[in-house]
Amino acid sequence: MSRPVRTLVVWCPDWPVVAAGRPGTEPVAVVAADRVVAASVAARAEGVEEGLRRRQAETRCPRLVVVGHDPGRDLRAFEPVAATVESFTPAVEVVAPGLCAFATRGPSRYFGGDAALAASVAARVDGVLGETSPSGAPTCRVGVADGLFAAERAARLGTVVPPGGSAGFLAPFPVGTLGDDELADLLRRLGISTLGRLAELPVPAVLARFGPAGAGASRLARGLDERPLAARTPPPDLAVAAVLDPPAERVEVAAFVARGLAERLAQRLADRGLAATRVRVEAETEHGESMARLWRHDGGLTPAALAERVRWQLDGWKTTGGLSLLRLTPDEVRPDDGRQLGFWGGDRAAAERAARALARVQGILGAEAVVTAVLDGGRGPGERADLVPWGESRPGERKLGPPWPGRVPPPAPASVHPAPPPVEVVDASGAPVGVTGRGAASAPPARLSIAGGAWAEVTAWAGPWPYDERWWSGVRGPNAVAGLRGPNAVAEPGSRSRRARWQVTTTAGDAHLLTVEGGRWSVEATYD
Amino acid sequence: MALSLRHVATLVAPVALAGERLLPVLPALEPLLPAAGLRRGSVVAVAGSASLALAMVAAATAEGSWGAAVGMPTLGPVAAAELGIVLDRFPLVPRTEAGGPGGWPAVVAALLDALDVVVARPDRSVRPDDARRLAARARERGSVLVVVGGATEGAAGRAAGGAAWPAADVRLTVARAEWVGLGGGWGRLRGRRLEVVAGGRGSAARERRVALWLPHPDGGVAPAEPVPAVARPAGVEERPA
Repeated sequence: MSRPVRTLVVWCPDWPVVAAGRPGTEPVAVVAADRVVAASVAARAEGVEEGLRRRQAETRCPRLVVVGHDPGRDLRAFEPVAATVESFTPAVEVVAPGLCAFATRGPSRYFGGDAALAASVAARVDGVLGETSPSGAPTCRVGVADGLFAAERAARLGTVVPPGGSAGFLAPFPVGTLGDDELADLLRRLGISTLGRLAELPVPAVLARFGPAGAGASRLARGLDERPLAARTPPPDLAVAAVLDPPAERVEVAAFVARGLAERLAQRLADRGLAATRVRVEAETEHGESMARLWRHDGGLTPAALAERVRWQLDGWKTTGGLSLLRLTPDEVRPDDGRQLGFWGGDRAAAERAARALARVQGILGAEAVVTAVLDGGRGPGERADLVPWGESRPGERKLGPPWPGRVPPPAPASVHPAPPPVEVVDASGAPVGVTGRGAASAPPARLSIAGGAWAEVTAWAGPWPYDERWWSGVRGPNAVAGLRGPNAVAEPGSRSRRARWQVTTTAGDAHLLTVEGGRWSVEATYD
Repeated sequence: MALSLRHVATLVAPVALAGERLLPVLPALEPLLPAAGLRRGSVVAVAGSASLALAMVAAATAEGSWGAAVGMPTLGPVAAAELGIVLDRFPLVPRTEAGGPGGWPAVVAALLDALDVVVARPDRSVRPDDARRLAARARERGSVLVVVGGATEGAAGRAAGGAAWPAADVRLTVARAEWVGLGGGWGRLRGRRLEVVAGGRGSAARERRVALWLPHPDGGVAPAEPVPAVARPAGVEERPA
């Protein structure tokens, strides 16, 4: 199970208030549909809270300045902040106005650690906030943790959670922080008041009782991320682009084009049964300026929502010329399981029936006993698939393409032995076969005996195909590839392995993939 | 007279759409099955090849059915995906408990209730009673049980495993297998010619021999001309210059 991506979150408190251009010292409330959605520090001191009706808020604080909510304004105002954060790394995701995130892996090495990076980001963003609204001097908070959810919590406290510490960090938070009021209410009534208590419950039981929503909450509480960790890389032909000739001078014109593009993109995704969770919006002007921004939405972006975001992005961008190119690229996609109703709704019903039966089996055998396989990069047949417990969010399939030289060529063996049985391989004279220093067979293998069984004649063979994994770590050891997984993998000593693979067929009609390491032979897989 | 009776029989037969009663199989596998598809409610015993068992269910999962594999800790997901199984709809239960509610028969029965097709390798604890009960369960729920037997124990176990499973409607036994592409120190495994003997009871009782490429050197499953009676001694071939 790979750890969630280490994430840095920049959070600007009370963003709608800041975006409204009001100084924080004044009691201000931003109201949408008669409810307070954000309040300034001064207003909160008077008892104005989110969710209050406008009239109630005004009763508590008669001096209250009420401002209407405008999501477009929030995003426009956020644009300079996002641009500043982008100077640290190009892959910044705007989660919501006032909240953006990026993976710290590269930047943190460059800046000398997560804490130094966080301090540096905070200083830079505070500088920008001070420029745009000199009157209240709002500040941001920066947090780092494994996974977006934990990082958001960390940002609110302005702390850096050490790697692997997300679950412990989240444990004392109340279940209300999950953002699912109905579920939180139910959990509280059952006496499960904190995320730590929720994390202690067995996953199959949570899944059986609360369904996928509960399983997702349990994942978050255990410090794992709900969203796919490594989303499938979409094929490039999903990108849609429009050249604007003559260049669009007004945002409205560009927005109209964006709407058409968004619909085309949605159609292409729907044809493949996919939903985009992250879309890159790129724009270019006639003077060659360009800007790209990532937009994330876990529910999948609808054409209208996407077009709106494009508009916000263009609104916040000060250009010198008209807009000449607009391109939308789905950056992360996932199977769209919410909308793919079968004929008569059959597919959905079958999936739910299957999920119930599998949850029942998990309840008996344990969560880890029912797994689903996810194909992954790797060289050996056993390395190319990850087994994920059923019910946990299935990460998208990762790149299977070229970067695995030395991979065992297809067809793949149907049986991969988790504990490879030992095998004796001898040549015609009965002497053990080995690999010479030049990487060739010491003698053609003639017979083999698996786990002390009967001898079988070798009818054909090929090998040895040496493979030397993690040669840079210098020490020999059994942990060949596992250490490489995960974004924060640290090269550890004792993970070098030098092995060679062989394919053989026997008179019994069997074909095996054999491995020899240090003179010991084993059956890695069987083509049966 | 006989003709008209047959005509009447077709008229009074219960109306069921073929798609409801049959799960699709890959075109090359259709000759193995009397109905040219997996009949819902039936039990298929496959002996001698895990990949043949996986290939049997590939088309069904690709067309939206849910499947599962039980008791197959060695199953290679990459091979399953290469044969066309959609892994999203094919969860695995690699190990079951020795008995009780978590035992092999109970788990298989629970999955037969809800999924269209279950591929399972029986463990030693399965008794003939369990086999009959599972067959009845599959019939009642309209699901298909594919029993895998004797694949890794070599030729001797191969004959015993699947054939020993009672209450199988269709039995598929690998009679001969020959790999191509591998020579005496060169090449790689590319494709395998299989000769499969299909038998069973009812409409499957007549024995058929079908030659298959599984996998075909170009990938996938394809029909093949029968394997020559005398297997080519591949080991003595010279390395091409």
